[in-house]
Amino acid sequence: MPRTVREVVFVDGVRTPFGKAGPKGIYHETRADDMVVKCIRELLRRNPGLPPERIEEVAVAATTQIGDQGLTLGRTAAILAGLPTSVPGYSIDRMCAGAMTAVTSTAGAIAFGAADVAVAGGVEHMGRHPMGEGVDPNPRFVSEKLVDESALFMGMTAENLHDRFPHLTRARADAYAARSQEKAAKAYADGRIQPDLVPISVRRTQSESGETGWGLATADEPMRPGTTPEQLAGLKTPFRPHGRVTAGNAAGLNDGATASLIAAEDVARELELPVRMRLVSYAFAGVEPEVMGVGPVPATEKALARAGLSIGDIGLLEVNEAFAVQVLALLDHYGIADDDPRVNQYGGAIAFGHPLASSGVRLMTQLARQFEQQPDVRYGLTTMCVGFGMGGTVIWENPHWEGK
Amino acid sequence: MSTAERLKAAAELFPDEVVTTAHVRHLELPAGGGRFALITLDNGLDHTKPTTFGPRSLGELDAALDRVTAEAERGEIVAVGLTGKPFIFAVGADLKGVELLRHRDDALAIGRGGHDVFRRFAELPVPSFAYYNGAALGGGVEVGLHCTYRTIAAQSPAFALPEVFLGLVPGWGGCTLLPNLIGAERALKVIIENSLSQNRMLKAPKVHELGITDAIFDSADFLEQSLHWTSAVLRGELTVQRPEVDRGEAWDRAVAAARAFADGKVHGAAPAAYRALDIVAAAKNGDVAAGFAAEDEALADLIMGGELRSGIYAFNLVQKRAKRPVGAPDRSLARPVTKVGVVGAGLMASQLALLFARRLEVPVVLTDIDQARVDKGVGHVHEQIDMLLLKGRVGQDQANRLKALVTGSLDKATAFADADFVIEAVFEEMGVKQQVFAELEAVVPEHAILATNTSSLSVTEMASRLAHPERVVGFHFFNPVAVLPLLEIVRAEQTDDASLATAFAVSKKLKKTSVLVKDAPAFVVNRILTRFMGSVLGSIDEGTDIATADRALAPLGLPMSPIQLLELVGPAVAHHVAGTLHAAFPDRFAVSPNLTRVVTAGKRAFYVHDSGRPELDPEVLALFETGDAALTEEQVRDRALEAIAEEIGLMLEEGVVAAAEDIDLCLITGAGWPFHLGGITPYLDRSGVSERVLGRRLLAPGVADVPA
Repeated sequence: MPRTVREVVFVDGVRTPFGKAGPKGIYHETRADDMVVKCIRELLRRNPGLPPERIEEVAVAATTQIGDQGLTLGRTAAILAGLPTSVPGYSIDRMCAGAMTAVTSTAGAIAFGAADVAVAGGVEHMGRHPMGEGVDPNPRFVSEKLVDESALFMGMTAENLHDRFPHLTRARADAYAARSQEKAAKAYADGRIQPDLVPISVRRTQSESGETGWGLATADEPMRPGTTPEQLAGLKTPFRPHGRVTAGNAAGLNDGATASLIAAEDVARELELPVRMRLVSYAFAGVEPEVMGVGPVPATEKALARAGLSIGDIGLLEVNEAFAVQVLALLDHYGIADDDPRVNQYGGAIAFGHPLASSGVRLMTQLARQFEQQPDVRYGLTTMCVGFGMGGTVIWENPHWEGK
Repeated sequence: MSTAERLKAAAELFPDEVVTTAHVRHLELPAGGGRFALITLDNGLDHTKPTTFGPRSLGELDAALDRVTAEAERGEIVAVGLTGKPFIFAVGADLKGVELLRHRDDALAIGRGGHDVFRRFAELPVPSFAYYNGAALGGGVEVGLHCTYRTIAAQSPAFALPEVFLGLVPGWGGCTLLPNLIGAERALKVIIENSLSQNRMLKAPKVHELGITDAIFDSADFLEQSLHWTSAVLRGELTVQRPEVDRGEAWDRAVAAARAFADGKVHGAAPAAYRALDIVAAAKNGDVAAGFAAEDEALADLIMGGELRSGIYAFNLVQKRAKRPVGAPDRSLARPVTKVGVVGAGLMASQLALLFARRLEVPVVLTDIDQARVDKGVGHVHEQIDMLLLKGRVGQDQANRLKALVTGSLDKATAFADADFVIEAVFEEMGVKQQVFAELEAVVPEHAILATNTSSLSVTEMASRLAHPERVVGFHFFNPVAVLPLLEIVRAEQTDDASLATAFAVSKKLKKTSVLVKDAPAFVVNRILTRFMGSVLGSIDEGTDIATADRALAPLGLPMSPIQLLELVGPAVAHHVAGTLHAAFPDRFAVSPNLTRVVTAGKRAFYVHDSGRPELDPEVLALFETGDAALTEEQVRDRALEAIAEEIGLMLEEGVVAAAEDIDLCLITGAGWPFHLGGITPYLDRSGVSERVLGRRLLAPGVADVPA
């Protein structure tokens, strides 16, 4: 049977405002599945030209697939969102790169011709489901020294990364983190973030955390505008005495959800859906689990090689900021300055938060906005490190590109 | 007295109120809509304990309104919203508080207190928005009517003004505001028609269609979309348009039509509907203040009246007592029922087979004496299933399942060898029934329950010839089985707890209201109705003309006149039951010779409808031989009520049921007797009949009337 690989495009992406995990966080009494369901519904409202029955897959990622993040969330979220029963769905787990993998998996299916339009997203309610909830690591990991124990604790892997690259100092990490907060505040002030946020109704019954009753989450809760490197320098290093990783130069523990619409380009054109980004290539790669933060390096190398591009072709980078050092490691590899304006123009996870499996789509949504603003840029990439020693990179082309 | 003082005084009368807190939380409206104060009504319990308004709850809301009013006056907020806890908006006044009121002044204070608080939503210096997120009943609906705008969640299951159903008026603004919002005709559909049609609830799309709400959004993100919409309204991006209310003749016509509807339902016997109609009629001029004052007065009068107290009593019977049948053994004793047998394939048997199949979803086998009858019975059930399918009440898969469940057989030994519950619905004659049970006992498993649908025969006698009489129970349904909720469960002398528990468990699955009754002649409903009917027929036999006697009970507002009831039951059946009761209690139960003649002549009805209105059938009239002692309507009525009171007194002495409450529950759910009579015993007490006949009340003071 003759087959043509089809172009795949990023049609639209939205997310909930991200919250702080824990009893005082805005989403403490909000279900994870409801958060992702509301994102899917918002995508449908924003794209009225898309008949819901044309959606042929709903892939939803979550790292801890228990309770309200379990029960084959992709399928149950589709039903809860009011999609026709004919629309199937599934759940995905690649830890932090869950939503990114949801996008690449559905994109693969679309390119292959197995589907025309898909919803891809992720959710992580780290308040309801703390990292490591219910895990049962095989004892062989330790007995056979397959990984160091530190591999299971992301903060420790970040310290390990500082060890590997001693020139990536705490001061550089703190400076980077302060810039992330500053850029994020500016992006908010410029109204770059809000258009893709889905306000979420939030209930609070305990008055210790603030006003009770129903409220509305409309902005990211973790942000700390005005943070200075000096303030950051005073923070404790919880993962190692006299270490380098702090709550200030890392993303926090967060609650949030994202969703995107991925489509074959010809179908998007037929349905007159917006084409915000065109998928060029993607790659995932593994590294030693103890230094998982370096994962974006081989993943990006691979994705670039597959696309026949070099880092010089990339005009915009959206790098997930699980830890400042992990971003610096990638930039350092390519000789890009810590404050290069191509990198994370709107700030990153250090400011907005990083609800694990949801973050991949946030990177894409922000890159898509930047593409719109900067038609001089042809290529951009989204990349992130992944627990247990992985990295993922997706390279995108700007459909608004005006060059030749 | 200030609102706060008034509510505080009222709160002292009701120390056990479950208080609804009015939480105030501030938020930023989407799209730059501004700072907004959202009030959440929440009693701190889950959705199974819906939010209500008692005096302290109103005080809480009043305090919340103090806060947001001040904020609005200072320009700190752009608008105020009101919503509820998950699945519940608010379900109205706390009836427990109403039951406790003893003085008209206190009742008046409750009405005014509600108005004083709710009207503040209309008097805020900023717009107010009600978001009906879930169940909204009575005062819950009304508080939203005071707001400037309303939205409703599309999947919200229940929206109603049930006040008139209970014996009140929507008196916290409903009677005045609703017709001014959507016109008298639509408002009266909600206030009168639905309320008097077994308290029919509206689903959200219908609420929206009636124009009560300005927007409707899916429940999945209802609050988010409501706030988004609010922002658009406040920013002027959206303009809310409502059709002009017709204040011309249409208003008066609507009131007249609703009055006729109320007459058809309560026959002028209960005041609530008429008080509501008067307020709606007056609301035509748009004078809201006058309307609220009229509502206060109506509430105070009704709260101090016996009809409302009976209504609340009746409501509690069907809502609470019906769910925990008094005297039922521990439910853990119940045995599983995985297959049901029905002996007899007549109309009643077919109705039972369908009910068992639908509710228990287990195989049901019908048997009869020949294949033709069996086929007819099964065919009838299958036709009924097709009807359900046609009406969309069941899907095709479920219809297939139900049809496969209901089969027929001539071979009882095989069909019932693995049945856990077999009910007989054969000819109403002791010998026949005893023989059926004997046959059954030979073929059913040892644990199987043998049930009888007899309406008047002794269950004990029916079981007496069995080796295991302990597994026999009476299971008396009311016709039409699918409509009347009552199931009288009869404990015969030897019935054991496990069998009885199984019977109650089955009844619960059948969604019936079960009442435990002693094995006494005709049990409860038929005994009272027969005594009552016997009294009316006796008056006719003695010389009162039929029409006069038939009109005599009209002031009670019973669902049908005595003769209509006789026609519904069927003269032959009524005659048969009268015979049974006459045999048991010859002093009090007579068999009317005229009824005998009507039955012998094969007449099934007294009235003919040839002219379009009911007229007494001359052929029936010709059969009657009466005396010359004509009674007035009042005399007929007094005699009938006295007969009922006497019979109930005796039934309670005999221990036919555990308490007078069970008699009322039976009459409400098995005969459709009205809430405003509380069944009947509250009425017999408040009209002095029970005192006159029995020298005592049937219910303690305060149970179904104003406490002393």
